[in-house]
Amino acid sequence: MKSCLIVDDSKVIRMVAKKILQELKFETVEAADGKQALDACLVSMPDGILLDWNMPVMSGIEFLRELRAAPGGDKPVVVFCTTENDIEHIQEAIEAGANEYIMKPFDSEIIQAKFTQVGLL
Amino acid sequence: MDPEQFEYVRSLLLERSGLVVTPEKMYLLETRLFPVARRHGCKTIEDLIKRYREHQSEAIAVDISEAMNTHESLFFRDNAPFELFKKTIVPELLKRRVNKKKIRVWCAACSSGQEPYSLAMILDDLSAELAGWQVDIIATDISHSVLERAAEGAFTQFEVQRGLPVQYLVKHFTQEHETWRLSSRIRERVKFQHFNLLSDPRALGKFDVIFCRNVLIYFDLATKGQVMDRMVNVLAGDGVLFLGSSESTIGITAKFWPVVAGRGVYKHTGGAPCLVENGAP
Ligand SMILES: C[S@@+](CC[C@H](N)C(=O)[O-])C[C@H]1O[C@@H](n2cnc3c(N)ncnc32)[C@H](O)[C@@H]1O
Repeated sequence: MKSCLIVDDSKVIRMVAKKILQELKFETVEAADGKQALDACLVSMPDGILLDWNMPVMSGIEFLRELRAAPGGDKPVVVFCTTENDIEHIQEAIEAGANEYIMKPFDSEIIQAKFTQVGLL
Repeated sequence: MDPEQFEYVRSLLLERSGLVVTPEKMYLLETRLFPVARRHGCKTIEDLIKRYREHQSEAIAVDISEAMNTHESLFFRDNAPFELFKKTIVPELLKRRVNKKKIRVWCAACSSGQEPYSLAMILDDLSAELAGWQVDIIATDISHSVLERAAEGAFTQFEVQRGLPVQYLVKHFTQEHETWRLSSRIRERVKFQHFNLLSDPRALGKFDVIFCRNVLIYFDLATKGQVMDRMVNVLAGDGVLFLGSSESTIGITAKFWPVVAGRGVYKHTGGAPCLVENGAP
């Protein structure tokens, strides 16, 4: 079973994502901001990370940069999932080491398609 | 809708596009034709059909056929055919067509363009290898409205998230408000053209690769056979034909043979080693 860390400050979004990912047979872990996510990763690196951009304490992009610099932090496949849907944000995410990018609103079909593309499914 | 009218529409669709509508699909017919009736100022579907029968209005027939056909498509659908195209077929064509320096690809039911544009983006990646080569992608469909959309190369946020790797989104698309528009460099690689699969394709010329995916499923057995038998005439001796993941030639035509290497890939039965046989790099 593959693991996926869901990082979003909205509880509702985390719930929706969790339901979709569990249907896709992922073991899920949740974090409400980048800092919590980083702590979780330093304990155990997940296979995949579904990552929001705007969050309190530490944003998604800051988290991603720290993650990629951490030992073993190049392993998780990171898929952004955010309302930031302009090309500049997407480019910035790719440069910081994101593997894929989902523009909200998302549904299970989009998650499934993107996760397949990056080899998580 | 009474049975006699249903039968009338059923045969209209069968003759025009090969689409099979079974009686269980009656409800689908009704939900999809209602907006068409409204557009033509008719209160009911019955009125619409009556109007068509009296005037034989081409506009109504086109609208009925467009409403009933499924145009769903996505970029890099099923992925495997595109991988094979990039990693095996194009490298093999680079060797086998080195004298002509010409490659021709046909997308035979291209819908809104995701399939030919996926191929165009792959070819763009290979432009260094293909320098000095002429590559034609001919993309055809029976529906004028999808062809128009396809040529625009404008896609919704939902569409660009289905199958399209984000790296390609960044590289080839620009954002125009709600839509994502494909660069002219990629659009210009594809030539869109109207073509009904129920007719003879020879005027389109010969092709090295044919994509005819997710359209035969809507035809009856006899029509599938006729369409494929005509494709034999336009596929190069060592060319390959791609069908959709739920389609096959088995029991439909003896002229195409499945290539073991990949599901959904076919060659001329008894033909020379095709582009994906002993061609793996
Ligand atoms: C489901 S789409 C397939 C799109 C694409 N090939 C793919 O696999 O994603 C089917 C397309 O076939 C077209 N079509 C249906 N009957 C046709 C016919 N007789 N000749 C040409 N195209 C036809 C429809 O207009 C529609 O755009």
